[in-house]
Amino acid sequence: MKRLAVRAAIAVLFLVPAFLPFDYYVNIASQILIAAVFASSLNLLVGYGGLISLGHAGYLGTSAYVAAWLVTRGGLSHLWASLGAVGLTTVMAAVFGVLSLRATGLGFVMITLALGQILWGVAYRWVSLTGGDNGLSGFSRPHPFGLELSSANAFYLFALAVFALAFLFVSIFVRSTFGAGLQGARDQPRRLQALGWDVWSIRFVTFVIAGFWGAVAGVLYADYNQFVSPHVLALTNSAEVLLMVIAGGAGTLLGPIVGAAVVVLLKNVVSAYVTRWVLLLGLVFVVIVLYMPEGLVPGIERLRFRRRPLHRGARA
Amino acid sequence: MRFFLIQSLNGLALGGLLFLLSSGFSLIFGLMRVANLAHGAFFMLGAYVGLSALRAGLGFVPAVLLGGLAIAVLGGLAERFLLRRLAGKTLPQVLITLGIAFIIGDASLLIWSGDPMPLPIPQALSGAVPLFGVFFPKYRLAVVAISVVVAAVLWLLLERTRIGAMIRAGVDDMEMARGLGIAVPRLFTIVFCIGAALAGMGGVLGGPILSVYPGLDMDMLPLALIVLILGGAGNLLGAFAGSYFIGFLYTFGQALLPDLAYVILFLPMVAALALRPQGLFRLRAA
Amino acid sequence: MSAVALELHGLSKSFGGVPAVRDVTLAIVEGERRLLLGPNGAGKSTLFNLVTGDLPSDSGTIRLFGHDVSRLRADRRVHLGLSRTYQVITLFPKDTLAHNIVLALLGLSRSRFDPFSILGRRGDLWERARLALDRVGLSSLADRPVAQTSYGEQRRLELAMALAQEPRVLLLDEPLAGLSREERRDVQDLLATIPREVTVVMIEHDLDVALSFAEKITVLHYGQVIVEGTRAEVVADPRVQEVYLGA
Repeated sequence: MKRLAVRAAIAVLFLVPAFLPFDYYVNIASQILIAAVFASSLNLLVGYGGLISLGHAGYLGTSAYVAAWLVTRGGLSHLWASLGAVGLTTVMAAVFGVLSLRATGLGFVMITLALGQILWGVAYRWVSLTGGDNGLSGFSRPHPFGLELSSANAFYLFALAVFALAFLFVSIFVRSTFGAGLQGARDQPRRLQALGWDVWSIRFVTFVIAGFWGAVAGVLYADYNQFVSPHVLALTNSAEVLLMVIAGGAGTLLGPIVGAAVVVLLKNVVSAYVTRWVLLLGLVFVVIVLYMPEGLVPGIERLRFRRRPLHRGARA
Repeated sequence: MRFFLIQSLNGLALGGLLFLLSSGFSLIFGLMRVANLAHGAFFMLGAYVGLSALRAGLGFVPAVLLGGLAIAVLGGLAERFLLRRLAGKTLPQVLITLGIAFIIGDASLLIWSGDPMPLPIPQALSGAVPLFGVFFPKYRLAVVAISVVVAAVLWLLLERTRIGAMIRAGVDDMEMARGLGIAVPRLFTIVFCIGAALAGMGGVLGGPILSVYPGLDMDMLPLALIVLILGGAGNLLGAFAGSYFIGFLYTFGQALLPDLAYVILFLPMVAALALRPQGLFRLRAA
Repeated sequence: MSAVALELHGLSKSFGGVPAVRDVTLAIVEGERRLLLGPNGAGKSTLFNLVTGDLPSDSGTIRLFGHDVSRLRADRRVHLGLSRTYQVITLFPKDTLAHNIVLALLGLSRSRFDPFSILGRRGDLWERARLALDRVGLSSLADRPVAQTSYGEQRRLELAMALAQEPRVLLLDEPLAGLSREERRDVQDLLATIPREVTVVMIEHDLDVALSFAEKITVLHYGQVIVEGTRAEVVADPRVQEVYLGA
């Protein structure tokens, strides 16, 4: 009963920004939600799959660009542009997945980085298509079901709805029978294969799903900023989202959300007082890797309860 | 013909700079199995240090040496107090190098501001030399010469000194090297310092050609990775060949197909990884 | 006439020029209890790895109930009824014993493709896992993480996982290795409870247990089959005595 009350309280907390009149903070909350979806998608690969990707910005970025292009140059409605963006990016994820999964471990890191850099290079240089450094701009906020989203509060609710969907999906996915296989493949891939599972397929499907939700985050990103530039595909962006996952706690549900909040807050709020927030982010990250390598969420839990983290597979 | 000659020299010069960048990266990875994601930052910081030294009135050679020394010290401290604490855990070590890269990148922005700044070419190397009917910039010729000299020195170090033998042993078989009584932790620090110094010096030498700007670190890092994959881990000859190959590929790509040049760079890497993922851990050529 | 459960023909494997398995040919009928004997390095575990598909063979064929599985992926062979235990215990240490069994059960279930079937609600799987643990006397430890169990308990868990898959052919790689006398007795009793229809091939150095369990014995030496026969025939064979006692 207590857990239900806590969850209800958290849910209410999430709804608060929708009604506050402080646009600046509501916008930050929206950014956190977008980053949380992005980080949660990567967490499927990194935390639950054990596959470190340094090119995940490629999915958010490609989707954002396609959505923006389809609206500004293709003349499509937001709905069709979003569907097109997510669909195309997911297909791209499937192709990249086949390439990337030719290797594991560090080889996988490098292929994902290389593919991400190729996308960045294309966005930067193919000026006629992507606007180059100037990016794509000039599109309005979407209006799903006729609702206007140009206000900060309205957009926050929209982002919250998408985030809730993403979170629901991830929480079911990681607790599912497929999810158990994914985590088994992370821990003992050869043993799992010897039990009848096809480890490559598990990883491939997860890769595509991670790309799908990264693309969803990309559509949100484009809608929120109403502007897309090559920076969204840069290595720093891939590194940042990896930081979010690892700092928050890879392989936990709340970790990426906490990590997203930390990074976004550092970026926006702290930067009002400290000019070089990336420096602080780097320091925070080093401290976390040194003293709380599992991340903030498990680390704090450990400090609070002074016992080993909960294990999986407890009584049904 | 003229075009070809000029671009070839540019390709060689870039290859030389890449060698200074990636030889250290490859050695560190080969020995410690750590992909030092701060290596691009080392290169950039070296350039900034060199810039400040030049502005303070130092000559070019002292500036290069100072750049290398400063980064060597920084790298040594990072290895000794951060990486060594995570000995044996390669993933956390790689992540910490990422954090260090972020710190260096932003601190540089804080100290030197965001404007791109070319380093001035030293007087003695300014101007051009006429060869084959074409004028070749002296500085680029010097960069190529320096990189070849550095390659020779590194080769001598690896093949003819005790430390070099220990490094080669570590790259080939870490367990065996430990068993032979090699002081592995100290070796790691030394190699990390050497790699960092090379990157730092490379940054200063590259300053007149590439300039120094925020983002140079993340521009250079993927190039080091490409050379590592093409050349093999801890493989000096591979790093040399790979650096020059990429130097040429990029320079000609930029000149002929500027929009696609960056993409072209990564295609060999993706191909190599897709077709031969084991290539990453190729041992040194006998 | 019983069906031939496992048939190897001319199976070979070398590592960098060093032959580990050389031209091995043998046939095991359904329900048989076969023992693989041989000194260390004879190639027994390598042979198991070739049969399960953990290693690709250089040449030769492997037939499982008549199916040629020589080029089949390891997980597909499990679906044809092959299960094994390992000499070096590789379980999922952070997970509970019950969870380990569930992973073995799911390996053969279509649920392993299902990203929406919440594992915690699958009472059917947990019930079957409990039964499997019961069979080896570990049901009291069902919710304990593997890392917190003893070596002997882990050996029994390995066996439980293999049996939970209801295999047609079971490969046991030194199931008694590293166990105390009491634990060996426990495992020996367990081996006796394996259903008669299951074909069992065992590698084991503990000759007391192995010889009492086996109906037919294949002796390997330097990757080759040197003797094959019943218990009595093998024990009396001078070549076997030379291999085990000779210079």
